Amino acid sequence: MSFRIKIVTFVICIAMLILIIDLVRRRKLREEYSQLWFATWLGILILMVWFDLLKWISHLIGAVSNVSTLFLFAFIFLVMISLHFSVVISKLTNRIKDLSQQHALLQNELESMKRTQQLNE
Amino acid sequence: MSENKPEKTVVIIPAHNEGDYIAGVVNQIRASYPYLDVVVIDDGSSDDTRTKAIVAGARVISNPFSLGYGGALQTGYKYAVKNGYQYLVQMDGDGQHDPAYIDDLIEPVRNGEADIVIGSRFLVPLSQGDNQQVYRAPMARKIGMKVFGAIATFLIGQKVTDPTSGYQAMENRVFSLLSGDKFPIDYPDADVIIMLHRAHFRIKEIPVRMLPSPDDKSMHSGLKPIYYVFKMFLSILVTLLRK
Repeated sequence: MSFRIKIVTFVICIAMLILIIDLVRRRKLREEYSQLWFATWLGILILMVWFDLLKWISHLIGAVSNVSTLFLFAFIFLVMISLHFSVVISKLTNRIKDLSQQHALLQNELESMKRTQQLNE
Repeated sequence: MSENKPEKTVVIIPAHNEGDYIAGVVNQIRASYPYLDVVVIDDGSSDDTRTKAIVAGARVISNPFSLGYGGALQTGYKYAVKNGYQYLVQMDGDGQHDPAYIDDLIEPVRNGEADIVIGSRFLVPLSQGDNQQVYRAPMARKIGMKVFGAIATFLIGQKVTDPTSGYQAMENRVFSLLSGDKFPIDYPDADVIIMLHRAHFRIKEIPVRMLPSPDDKSMHSGLKPIYYVFKMFLSILVTLLRK
């Protein structure tokens, strides 16, 4: 790995770390969901420091070049994170449904309580 | 109202923009069955469904926005659980379901013959229905009904002729189960029947006459049939995989 690409990767790594920590600090990103991004960051860092690992993995999976190994893993990661978000969205949709149903029932209860109160007065 | 009756029964009517028909449906039920509580679930309607239903004398529960047919039904199930009803009848708010059949639906549940009774438009003998009253539906929908009816029939070992029917009566244990998170909120259909069978509930179909939807804004239109077919296959599959 050339020195220039090492510098570029290093800068990207630092920028990414600062961004993740800052998002958590400003409560824009929940700790719960920051794990995945820290894991990505760690992956990039390891590959930068230990380039032979990438070569070894490329050899192991029979990839022609190191770049395609990198792209393969990046792609798998993106698919996984999309799937993860779909799960989160499904959970949120369900919660919103439950909340709105509860809201509707409570509102109805409140209305009938008000009505009985008015009748009693 | 029916608080003094030993077995409280509620009629729930999910309605989304049914302002033209809802009052008629509610009036008919209240005239024929004054001892039943009528609850309209206004599913985020943008028209005057809510006002019309209240004026007609129904209790109205309004979802803050549209949760879909299943979501509205479930609001009704939750209401029935919360208020300790013993029996529940569900029917559509567009006048497709004739309230005259409410007694026929509820009777097998009351006398313990079944836990859930489904009104089937395909069990009506042809001689009884003239051309006006025999149910007519788009071809694609008919095929869908037949296919999923056949799958349900095969899986539960009991004839299911009309899995899409929203005209049903059930007892407390059934709607208690359906008010939980197992209920599919988009298109409750054959998958619910299979799920209830696997939960050891007794299911019965009885003939009811249905009118075609007055204006065809049914949930099986546009691109939706494709999603419907996909969803139903998937939903039946996962229902079978769940314990």
